[in-house]
Amino acid sequence: MTINIVLLILMTIAALWAVMARSLLKAAIALAVASAIVTIIMFRLASPLAAVFELSVCTGLITAIFVSAISLTRPLTHAQTITMSKNKFKRYWYLPVIMVIAAAALFLLKIKVDVPLPQVLAIDDVRNIIWNLRQLDIYGQIVLILAGSFGIVILFRKSDKDGS
Amino acid sequence: MEANNIQLFSIFGIFIVMLFIAGLYCILMTRNMMRALIGLEILTKAVTVLLILAGYVTGNMAFAQAIVITLIIIEVVVIAITAGVILSIYRHTNSLDRSTIRDLKG
Repeated sequence: MTINIVLLILMTIAALWAVMARSLLKAAIALAVASAIVTIIMFRLASPLAAVFELSVCTGLITAIFVSAISLTRPLTHAQTITMSKNKFKRYWYLPVIMVIAAAALFLLKIKVDVPLPQVLAIDDVRNIIWNLRQLDIYGQIVLILAGSFGIVILFRKSDKDGS
Repeated sequence: MEANNIQLFSIFGIFIVMLFIAGLYCILMTRNMMRALIGLEILTKAVTVLLILAGYVTGNMAFAQAIVITLIIIEVVVIAITAGVILSIYRHTNSLDRSTIRDLKG
């Protein structure tokens, strides 16, 4: 339990860093760190397959998407960065305070979770669930990935006016 | 629910709520569209941890993992498309500030 709490604290700090970091690149790296910590939490909660997906897709692919997108935009000048960070501090210093107040309120209220639990499924193999029980999800995911790829192609297509 | 699981759920619940607040605050307060996308990603992280926790507590780990895998696929497609849209907007307006987007002209 102690390791879980340490991991949860690190995850929250990484998320806070992602929100409050000055540069977007640092924010993207902080997000990758948060994803990596979520992966460890998933491993500890006995979900290895989902953890591997999280590690490869969220920590790897999404960070690569963010870094490429950020590198395609123009970085701010030094003066702009200083002005932005001053304004940003004004807007964001409430966030840690709100988070701590919410955590303290939840801790002190001690809300009882006493809901009837669903039946445990007879199938306990994740591959069996994905390929047999929730087969429709697979079709949905295929359509989604195709839609995403076509969307990206259309978004980055050069128009005929550009002469290409 | 067992006492051990209730304790686990309460502790994780506090951090999940904190993560959710961070993501929501980021989306609401920022003017930079790329940072809003990072906020969306943090919100999704909170939901992912919540789903895994729910599966662990109820004993339906396999089912929770299947749902989380679907969620991750949806997440990556949404992020990729939104990043593409943001870059297209950047090419038109030369800014990532959402307050600069005032018209819908292509």
